Order: sequence, then structure tokens, then C-alpha cells
Amino acid sequence: MNLLIRGARLRFPNQDIDRVGDVLFAPGCIIAIDPPEALTDGAHVVQARGAWLIPGLCDLAARLREPGATHKADIRSEATAALINGITHLTLPPDTDPVVDTTAVTELILRRAREARGATVHVIGALTRGMGEETLAELGTLRTAGCIAAGNIGRPIGNNNVLRRALQYAASLDVPVHLQSMDPWIGADGVAHEGRVAALQGLAGIPETAETLALARDLMLVEETGVRAHFGRVSTARGAAMIGAAKARGLPITADAAMPNLLLNENDILPFRSAAHLWPPLRTSTDRDALRSALADGTLDAVCSDHQPHDADAKLKPFPATEPGASGLDTFIGLGLNLVANRVLTAEQWIDRAAHAPRRVLGLPAPLLVPDALPDFALIDVDTERLIEPTTMTSRGKNSPFLGWRLPGVVLLAAIGDRVYLRGDA
Amino acid sequence: MSLQIDADGRLRHLLTIDGIPKRNLTEILDQADALRSVALRGNKKLPLLRGRTVCNLFFEPSTRTRTTFELAAERLSADVINIDIGSSSTSKGESLLDTLATLEAMHCDLFVVRHPDSGAAHFIAEHAKEGVAVLNAGDGRHAHPTQALLDAYTIRRHKPHFETLTVALVGDLLHSRVARSGLTCLGTLGIGELRAIGPRTLLPPTLDELGVRVFTDFNQGIADCDVVIMLRLQKERMRGALVPSESEYFKRYGLTEERLGRAKPDAIVMHPGPMNRGVEIASEVADGPQSVILEQVSNGLAVRMAVMSQILGAAVKEAT
Repeated sequence: MNLLIRGARLRFPNQDIDRVGDVLFAPGCIIAIDPPEALTDGAHVVQARGAWLIPGLCDLAARLREPGATHKADIRSEATAALINGITHLTLPPDTDPVVDTTAVTELILRRAREARGATVHVIGALTRGMGEETLAELGTLRTAGCIAAGNIGRPIGNNNVLRRALQYAASLDVPVHLQSMDPWIGADGVAHEGRVAALQGLAGIPETAETLALARDLMLVEETGVRAHFGRVSTARGAAMIGAAKARGLPITADAAMPNLLLNENDILPFRSAAHLWPPLRTSTDRDALRSALADGTLDAVCSDHQPHDADAKLKPFPATEPGASGLDTFIGLGLNLVANRVLTAEQWIDRAAHAPRRVLGLPAPLLVPDALPDFALIDVDTERLIEPTTMTSRGKNSPFLGWRLPGVVLLAAIGDRVYLRGDA
Repeated sequence: MSLQIDADGRLRHLLTIDGIPKRNLTEILDQADALRSVALRGNKKLPLLRGRTVCNLFFEPSTRTRTTFELAAERLSADVINIDIGSSSTSKGESLLDTLATLEAMHCDLFVVRHPDSGAAHFIAEHAKEGVAVLNAGDGRHAHPTQALLDAYTIRRHKPHFETLTVALVGDLLHSRVARSGLTCLGTLGIGELRAIGPRTLLPPTLDELGVRVFTDFNQGIADCDVVIMLRLQKERMRGALVPSESEYFKRYGLTEERLGRAKPDAIVMHPGPMNRGVEIASEVADGPQSVILEQVSNGLAVRMAVMSQILGAAVKEAT
């Protein structure tokens, strides 16, 4: 059946589109923009009433917990939740269990993702076998199997020699790498930013240098090897400045920050709030403000949800014993619009950082609002707020530090290819 | 309203000194004064907590602390249950909440909790049934409020004019719940100057922001101190590359008679115990005339009785 989105504010900044219009599409194909009446006969009409039609968001880091931790979430649940929340592309880091270092695991994930019929799932393969410190993963084979990049997300590599070889090898095959720079020893037992709050609460700290030291090394190795590199989850002001300096001297790198680090700071873990136990940790308000500026001025290219769904038990413990990470799909749009409302980003900047820039990082084509293109968009009522509660969250992970927040944005419709989510009353 | 203090300003739980007004702290010290004679006379019991049940819930072995809590509860005529849960039993699969639910079924009025994780007492207080109180007997590196109170009480007995005093905490402040609670408690009670002395590896990085003067040189830091509180150096700190050896530690940060000579002549020496003689403190000092270490232990009994009666709402003055 055809769908007609009527009276939407069409916002596709990469096509310089920002106007009110109608879109007629069928699952799998955009039929017409502002279609003549003859074409719209029999179409299901979605009254947008000024809701924004924007490119589907693209998330550079989302744990789906499958394989290995399906008691927390699974590919079907999270790919579906993503689409419901206007996120049409998800990128899965390789730290599943087993890790993504074989064709079999890659194919399993991609097959389950196709069957889920939610957001499109992209897989980052491991840079080293078992995400360990000894041998290289079969990067060529993993790419053939469908991995979009290789990376060490979530498991820092301490051995400089192995990392250097891995980057050299990835450069030879022109496999892009996603690095999460974090020293494997400094702050290894840490559960919070090493600062005033951790000192008061008696929590083992993760100092700024855990990030900056590893980032300095990684930048040097990227420069030397010429590998295409993306730096994920920058969490410190100094780290963002180092990314900026590297770009200024011509290094063709990209970087992102996780959404919670743009909204919260170390104080938000008080008093022992396990929902705010994150890795990388929430840092100071100075760091948060620097990340915001860096995202606005493009030093940081993208923002990701860093979605890490957990079962309730994982967070129902004394703070240091809880597992780090926050469920992020359900708040990704709302927090983005919150940044727009608070003038941290313009609406165009937000759409770029959450939709276009991540596609550039992954080498995906930009979604286009033209006839015959694949639908890849979300229709968002930005004037309605919703209360973030476990019962209204669509991810299986209810572990959000934003529970109780009222966030703008209700997704009325989202489409990627032939998969369409239509809100019940839309 | 905080988790610890109810709408009427009364203590519901004692989880940390942080956030407890000076008035409440002073009240506890005053009650301890009233209870001290009872605490020291072994054969006399007060009926204050008759019919109430206190459960000592220890997830970390500690005979000394558990014994003083047990004794304190008994002197107040409470029924006492001791439960030692080695850290292994949580790894046996039972969650902390399951353990708590099991014990709540025994209708305890007060849980005295020691746990290796910072925030554990807080977690238990948040999840305990209405009307069940929690007393933190040490949670990870976070807090040990009754130790802080007994230290303040001991200082007050010797040197009551807090605003004129200089107090130094020496050694491993980074891993010390005693230090964290101690600094907050003494700060709230208006100690003139608080100092922290130790190598950078054992000091939290932001102490100066908390109004504490930081010294890495013991000889400078101890100069003209009225009170010197030594902290225990755990053996495992050598493995974490925090200090090279016990002998080097003793040379730099051990309290010797000679070093103590740089403090005020009437300075007192304290230690929360158990001591490592020859590591953080020389025997001559530990057993010397300026040491009040054993007195701390007996004061601990009175202070814990005071805290228990405060939390369980028994009015000490009427009963005595």
C-alpha cells in the first residue's frame, strides 16, 4: 500500500530542502514529492501537521547483545526498537560473545538483522583475533563476509606493536578502522571519572589520561600507517582538542561522542546512581561543554547513542559492581532535539551529526528525498514531549539515566527500504 | 529530603557523614558521653532497645568492628544476629537483594552492614523495607561513619576546642573509607585545619578542592599538629605499584618518635586499627604516652551505642 505524508516540514539539509510538502512512497520506493492528486488515490494518508521529515538517523555504536547476552537484548528487539525511534542504521561493535572475528559470526548477525526487518544493521569486525593482543583478525575475509569496518571498540589494545601491525594491515586492504582510545591499564579498575565526585564517593577513578594517552598513540599510528580511522566515544575536552589539532594538520580522521556525555556530567552519578555508570565515564561539566562545542563546530563529526542495553539485575547492585552502559535508542532523538532546544546545535547541525555525518563515516550514501530513491527517513512530531519511563521504552534495556526526563519528539513514521514503522495513531 | 535524615531532621540511616548537619553529629557525641559509663561497665545493660533486633551483616571479614557493634547492641538489650557472608557467597549466585529479602523475613529493625563495594550501604538502604534502618559499618573505599564519629569523640575528650586544632591524616587516603568519613566529619565539626599526608599515589587527586592541605613530605605536614591519625597500609598496595616496599614506606611515611617530635608536644596519635607495626607506625609510638589508640576502641562502643539508639529512636536521657 502507498503512504502519503501530508503537510510535513521536509528537512534534508544535504539537498538544501527545508519547506512544507507532501511525500508519496511505497515500501521500498519513494514515488513522488508533492505528488499530483491523481497519484495519491487509495494511499494511506499520514497527517504530519508540520512534523519534521528528516533523514533516518544513523547510529555509529549500538550493542545489540546478540550473540552472547540475549538475556539483555537481541538483534530483533533492538533493530525493531531502533526503527521505532527513527534510527534507520545501526552499527554493531565487535565485542559480542563470541566476538566478530569470523565469517560465521558476521553472517549470523547479518542474517538475524535481515530477519528482524527493523533498522539496517552494520557490523564492525574485530581488528585482532578474539579482540586480543596477539594475532590479526582476518580483515579481508571479514570484509567479504560483510563487515563495514574493523575496530577495537570496547577492548583497548595495549600492545603497541600489534596495534601498529593491525593498522598497517588494515591500510593495505583499505579497511577503515574504528578505534575507541582508552588505555588498558590506567584506570582499568575505574568506575567513574577520576575527579571530585569519585574522590568523595570512594570510587576507583578513570583519569583523563586514560583517554588522552591512548588517543595520542593512536593518532601517531594512524598518521604513520595512513589507515582511514574513526575515533569513537571521545569523552574529554583535551581528547576533543587533540582530534581538532590532528585534523588541523591534515589527518583525514573522523570522531564521535556518545549522547549521554553531551548531556550529563560526573555529578549525575550521585548518589551511586548505577544507571549513570558509563564507560567511558561521565566527566566534568567542562568536558561536557567542550564536547558540545566540538560537536557544533565539527571537530567531532557525529554523535552516537552508544546504546548498551542491560537486564535489570546488571544494574541492581552496589555501584562498582554494576555493568557500565546506558540504553540509548529510546532517548537518541529526544536528547538530540533537547540539544537543539538548548541552542547547543542548530536543527541542521543535529541532522548532520546524527544522520549524515555517521553515513559519511561508514561510507554509506546520503538518503535523498527524490522519486525512485529508497525511503530512508523519519517523521517526527517535535512539538510533543514524551516522558521517558521503562514502560514506554521500546528497547529491552530499560537502563537509562534519563528516566523521568520529558524529552521532545514523537516518531510518527520511520522507513528504511521496504521496512516501515507507522505509529498506531498516525 | 535525604535518604539519611527524615523530614523532622532525625537520623533514619547512617550511611555517610556527608550531608549530616553538625547538630546531628554533636548530638551523637553528646549521647556517647551519656552512654560512656554504661559502655565501660560490662555488667550493666540499658533497656533502650529491648525487643528490637539488630542484624550484623558482614560481607567482609572484620572480627573487631563486628564485635563492637555486637557488644553495643547487647548493652542496649537488643537481640543480635550475626551473619558473615564471605565475598565468595555473592559469587555463588545469590544477589545482594536476595540476601536482603531473606534477612528481612526475620524482621530485623537495623542492618549493620559492611561490604567491599563503595555505595553498598546506600544500595541496601534504598531497597530495604520501610522501617528497616541501615547503619554503614564500612563500604568499600567510601565511608565508615561510626569510625569517624568515634575519632571525633576521642579528639573531643582530649582537645575540645576544635576550631583551634590542626589534624593530619597520614598514609593511604585514596583507598581509605576512614579518611573519607574522617575528613568530612572533622570538617563539619569545625576543625581549624585539616591536613592529608602521603605519597601522590595514595592521595585522591582533588583533596585541595575539599579544603584539605596536602603534603607529600611527612616532616613538613606533621609540624605543629595537635592530632595525628595514621591510616593502615594494606599489603596489596605494593602489588598495584603504589608504593615500592614496606620498608621504604616506613622510612618516608611511618610515624616514629622522632617525627612525632615535630608535632605539638601534647599531640595525640590515633589509628583505626588493625595496625601494621613497623610499616605505618613504630611500636614505641603505638604504645607510647601520646597514643590514644586503645581508648579509641572503647570510645567506639559508646559511639556505636549512641548511633544505634539515635537511629532506632530511643531517647537516651529519659532511659538513663
